[in-house]
Amino acid sequence: MTCLKAIIIRELLRFLHQRERFLAALVRPLVWLFIFGAGFRAALGLSIIPPYETYIRYETYIVPGLCAMIVLFNAMQSSLSMVYDREMGSMRLLLTAPVPRWWILLAKLLASALVSALQCVVFLAIAWVFDIRMQWGGYLALLPALFLVGLMLGAMGLFLSAMISRLQNFAGVMNFVIFPMFFLSTALYPLWRMQENAPHIAAVVVWNPFTYAVELIRFALYQRLEPVALLWVCVCTIGFFSLSLFGYDPKKPFSKAKVG
Amino acid sequence: MKLNTCLAALIALMPAAALSDEIWVSNEKSDTISVIDVDTLEVVKEYEVGERPRGILFSSDFRYLYICASDSDAVQVLDVEAGKIIHDLPSGEDPEQFALHPNGKLLYIANEDDAVTTVVDTETHHVIAQINVGVEPEGMAVSPDGKTTITTSETTNMAHWIDTETNTIYANTLVDARPRHAEFTTDGSKLWVSSEIGGTVAIFNTSDQSQIAKIAFEITGVHPDKVQPVGVELNADNSLAYVALGPSNHVAVVDTATYEVLDYVLVGRRVWHMAFSPDGTKLFTTNGVSGDVSVIDLATNKAIKSIKVGRFPWGAVARPTN
Repeated sequence: MTCLKAIIIRELLRFLHQRERFLAALVRPLVWLFIFGAGFRAALGLSIIPPYETYIRYETYIVPGLCAMIVLFNAMQSSLSMVYDREMGSMRLLLTAPVPRWWILLAKLLASALVSALQCVVFLAIAWVFDIRMQWGGYLALLPALFLVGLMLGAMGLFLSAMISRLQNFAGVMNFVIFPMFFLSTALYPLWRMQENAPHIAAVVVWNPFTYAVELIRFALYQRLEPVALLWVCVCTIGFFSLSLFGYDPKKPFSKAKVG
Repeated sequence: MKLNTCLAALIALMPAAALSDEIWVSNEKSDTISVIDVDTLEVVKEYEVGERPRGILFSSDFRYLYICASDSDAVQVLDVEAGKIIHDLPSGEDPEQFALHPNGKLLYIANEDDAVTTVVDTETHHVIAQINVGVEPEGMAVSPDGKTTITTSETTNMAHWIDTETNTIYANTLVDARPRHAEFTTDGSKLWVSSEIGGTVAIFNTSDQSQIAKIAFEITGVHPDKVQPVGVELNADNSLAYVALGPSNHVAVVDTATYEVLDYVLVGRRVWHMAFSPDGTKLFTTNGVSGDVSVIDLATNKAIKSIKVGRFPWGAVARPTN
């Protein structure tokens, strides 16, 4: 428990002390919301898809996807810090703590999910000021969804950090993980649009776990539960977490990366 | 004994529970009328009517619905209790919109193809008069005191002021291109006229027919050509006006004191006309191309739901049931 507390406090402190990082995490989705949103108004077309009950603006459509983006970037940043910790040696300190390894990794996950949720709350508050508003119940229902998505993407980040040996390789993660995941999802365009214009891409979108993260958040914002998305997110969380446990096991290292 | 009491209680409760206000909508292409329950926001009934129903309104006691069946060249009368058409009224050719005189007896019908306004007695079913007006008459309104009837003609671009005693035009006012709808304020002192192609709404002083103001609309991200005002509705205290802006898919909210547009609400495609819920908290808009009715919550000016109805919904009217 002390270990959990320490990791969460460390993560929160890191978050609070790095103002630039906080600002960057906030500016990124806001740029999408106001600039991309204004330019791509026509991308949505006019149709009603669940969970929406009426016609919506494009800005309203991308809000859940941008929340998921915040969580995704934060999870990746957190995994980046794992690589950093490993290079700098503070990982060794953590891993020698007298608690099970899975507990340390889980604590790390919980901490980063918490930080992501905080960032999303600030983002949604700014969107609210600009008249992109949901019902209060939606904001409440969103919190557990955000947390769960935070765990899933965090677990994925952990898994990646187990595979990456050097900090420099992180640029590759940006190129080959974050961008494809984000663009090949329903964050920016509804699935039916993709199926109409690019059926092959749509087929990928359907298998992308990030799509389900976005949809879980989207439905939660409208106080609805999307069971398929929930199942996918849970399965992926467990899957990625197990893989990263395996990856961080010093006896069976996943890659040639050396822990410590 | 106990069961009987329960049953009696149930029966006593049932009609009360079943009664909720309704919005009736005419569907131009499916030749039907859809009835929406204001509380559940669902379609509860659908009636088959004549061809191309457009303008609809209720008799003052809400027992009958009058329907402009444009392609049947008739105004049909639907008995609300019985749920069927009981007879047709003579209407002249291609009736599109109409207005009921406050006496509840006379219907003033715009005959789009004939350039006339027909006056029909709903009791005797006779045509009382036909008044020559401009080309393609459409918008119709009767002043609250019953002395003046307005016809707007789409091609002549005029609002014609008709004296209801003599059935003659006593004034004409020019408006912007293609006027489609006219609406009096509750006190009858002002008249609102929307111009579809002109993209404006003009407000006239009814005492001297002078123009008080003209409102233009501008929606971010929507081409100005698509801003085509059609339906105009004023809320109960006349403090706000709602203007349906056709293919721009928005409804404008206008402050009637300053004539400034306060807000634009996104609804379905090609919004034609609107009706308030009887309690005045919601506005129902007919969206022709998307085939649905959007419900606007007037407290927040946000569309909360769009309800599928028949094909090409056009007219809307509220029916209070309490």
